[in-house]
Amino acid sequence: MAVGERDPHSGHMTTGHEWNGIKELNTPVPKAVWLSLIVTVIFSVGYWILMPAWPLGKTYTRGLLDNDQKEIVAKRVSAAAEARLGWMRQVETMSYDQIKADPKLIAHVREDGHRLFGDNCAACHGMNATGNPGFPNLVDGDWLWGGSPDAIAHTIAVGINSPASKDTRIGQMMAFGKDDILDNDAVLAVTDYVKTLSDPAWAKGKAVSVAQGREVFAVNCVICHGEQGRGNPEVGAPNLTDQNWVYGGDIGAIYQTIHEGRQGEMPAWEHRLNPVDRKILTVYLLDKGPQP
Amino acid sequence: MAILVVLAAVGLAMAAAGAGRADPMQTHGFIVLLFSLGFLCVLLNGYFAPEPSETRLESYYDDPSKAGIVIAMAWAVFAMFIGDWVAWLLAFPDLTFDAAWSSFGRLRPVHTTGIIFGFGGNALIATSFHVMQRTSRARMPDQFSPWFVLIGYNLFCLLAVTGYFMGITQSKEYAEPEWYADIWLVIVWVTYLLLYLRTLARRKEPHIYVANWYYLAFILVVAILHIVNNLAVPASFAGAKSYSAFSGVQDAMTQWWYGHNAVAFFLTAGFLGMLYYYLPKRAGRPIYSYRMSIIGFWGITFFYMWAGSHHLHYTALPQWVQTLGMTFSVMLLVPSWIAAANALLTLNGAWHKVRDDATLRFMMMAAVFYGLSTFEGSFMAIRSVNALSHYTDWTIGHVHAGAMGWVALITFGSIYAVVPWLWKRERMYSPALVEVHFWLALAGTLIYVFAMWNSGIIQGLMWRTYNDSGTLTYSFLDSMVAMHPYYVARAIGGLLFLIGAIVGCYNIWMTIHRPSGAPAPSDDAPLPANLQPAE
Repeated sequence: MAVGERDPHSGHMTTGHEWNGIKELNTPVPKAVWLSLIVTVIFSVGYWILMPAWPLGKTYTRGLLDNDQKEIVAKRVSAAAEARLGWMRQVETMSYDQIKADPKLIAHVREDGHRLFGDNCAACHGMNATGNPGFPNLVDGDWLWGGSPDAIAHTIAVGINSPASKDTRIGQMMAFGKDDILDNDAVLAVTDYVKTLSDPAWAKGKAVSVAQGREVFAVNCVICHGEQGRGNPEVGAPNLTDQNWVYGGDIGAIYQTIHEGRQGEMPAWEHRLNPVDRKILTVYLLDKGPQP
Repeated sequence: MAILVVLAAVGLAMAAAGAGRADPMQTHGFIVLLFSLGFLCVLLNGYFAPEPSETRLESYYDDPSKAGIVIAMAWAVFAMFIGDWVAWLLAFPDLTFDAAWSSFGRLRPVHTTGIIFGFGGNALIATSFHVMQRTSRARMPDQFSPWFVLIGYNLFCLLAVTGYFMGITQSKEYAEPEWYADIWLVIVWVTYLLLYLRTLARRKEPHIYVANWYYLAFILVVAILHIVNNLAVPASFAGAKSYSAFSGVQDAMTQWWYGHNAVAFFLTAGFLGMLYYYLPKRAGRPIYSYRMSIIGFWGITFFYMWAGSHHLHYTALPQWVQTLGMTFSVMLLVPSWIAAANALLTLNGAWHKVRDDATLRFMMMAAVFYGLSTFEGSFMAIRSVNALSHYTDWTIGHVHAGAMGWVALITFGSIYAVVPWLWKRERMYSPALVEVHFWLALAGTLIYVFAMWNSGIIQGLMWRTYNDSGTLTYSFLDSMVAMHPYYVARAIGGLLFLIGAIVGCYNIWMTIHRPSGAPAPSDDAPLPANLQPAE
């Protein structure tokens, strides 16, 4: 048996083993180590006695506390639902105007609406509902499909061009250029004309093109956008005379819209959010938008 | 050789099968084919070479270790670069550049596999060859097996990483490679285990050193974990897709039994093997306590096996399994700290060296981070703590305290110690650059970990905050917005760490290419084969 030697620094003996110059001291394990090991074992045994712990064939030791994570969650969920029940029931039964007029209720709507909007709508419409390219601004008071509470609630429920709802709103801007409905000169002309509707200065020096565009517009566009180009919420056709643009109002974007058409899609929420949540979102948006 | 011929045939078959179905496995078939033909050429070359002189048996066989260290550093830079890219990507989502291969879901496993298996695995293989020969005073039994293990293992890593880019994955965290890569790894890994056992059987020392216990536990348990968790049925032998043998919560439990023990036996036991050799060697001190080595080792191996279920707290996993996972995680703290304390106390009498020598300081700091992250791990395994930390960046911070602070620091320290020994140099090319690397790595780790602690706890609190209306206060997007500054900080921390690794590569490269200086230490040779163990 190898013989240990005394380490001059620590005063402990070595085990006498040596590997490639590495030796080991035979230092005893400190009491604190044994103590902490015992403490953790006692903690664990105590925990096993109190909580579900060891399997016994088809069942398991249930523990003295009778703790069950599924029951606990179910209880907490129903308690929270009960706590919300009061104001939620009010939202469900009261009219839009009544909700807005009740300062306590509108505060609840603002709190919960923020979370509902953030989790369900903000990915497209932005955190502040001010929209993104291709996704309209919801707080400018300019509504493609109508701005009455019922119209907004309906849009949320059935969506736009959504395959998930049979009642979905259907809106389609045709691809006038790509599908050869108009030749390219006509598309360019009507692009100029549409631009002048919101930006009269654009007409300067383009009298011929704008005049030609007006004729093209009268034949092809007024059905949806109206004689004056003010749009039609029945078919979701936007007003072309204001400064609000879903897909951009510069000349290139307008040309692209006319050439390629637009078929935006909004999901239907009737199967994903319950009626109260949808009503909260409706009031939340009306409250965030310009006040009459 | 027969294995390689078979492998070449398999590669060709895979390529052909894949080609028939336009499956991405086709590409892998070609990689396997090229690999086996290349290896075969080298082997045939060696077959016709003159009989090597007997003098080779008088020295340790270190060429595979040298190659392994160079490969490990290459993986480190590659995988840390991908990791930092992913970190910036999380802060600025447009950095995928609209390509499928560069989406988060594909880059992330490239990062984790590249670091854990590419960097960590190669470093473990290289150092284990070095350590087992020295501490056994025996040369490896043959020259083919170590090369087969090292190169074969890298073929696995290559199949794994290229597969992720192409979308091949079985969707198990840290076990993403598909069935054919898994089978190949089993062959390589069993060869590794046999090589280790054969070398130990030839040892000239009466006892087996602690480092070898850990390396052996690492090799043995990883084999078991890998085989069980990857039990799967291929949808077709001509395609990459397979289906796990387990389903539902059993699948989740098997996966996290594997996942947590991969942390235990790959990222802890293996690197403790490294620590137990290079730290006392560099410090020139005896191990503080042989007895603590023993209870540390058996505590770690026994308790870790039970802890995996703490990854599945508050899920469909039965509560009693969660209880066991939690309590064994708590008990695990003590043996983990014994190992860390044993390392730090070994430095008693050598603290002046820690101050002056960045290489030893790497190892000291690694032991500190090992202690910190094992405490954090046991703490986070407590169910009520986990309720806050689960699914948040706190987990990411914890993992990186372990991966950067412990695994990478001990590896860098060991590499800086072993490179001059292997290449017979007096010291590293530039001790100043080792110092630079140390501070870059430490700063990077601290920035990373603090950013994720903050981010994770804020995230966890935001997800559970209720308002007076009885509904959640914050939307998920609110928490994303709150994360953003921490994500940027994390990416900067990762960048510092990456720069440190690049500095390290340069230093290693210059050390290798500088003309040889000091001769090898006189005792750095195995004892003759006919000598019996002294008792």
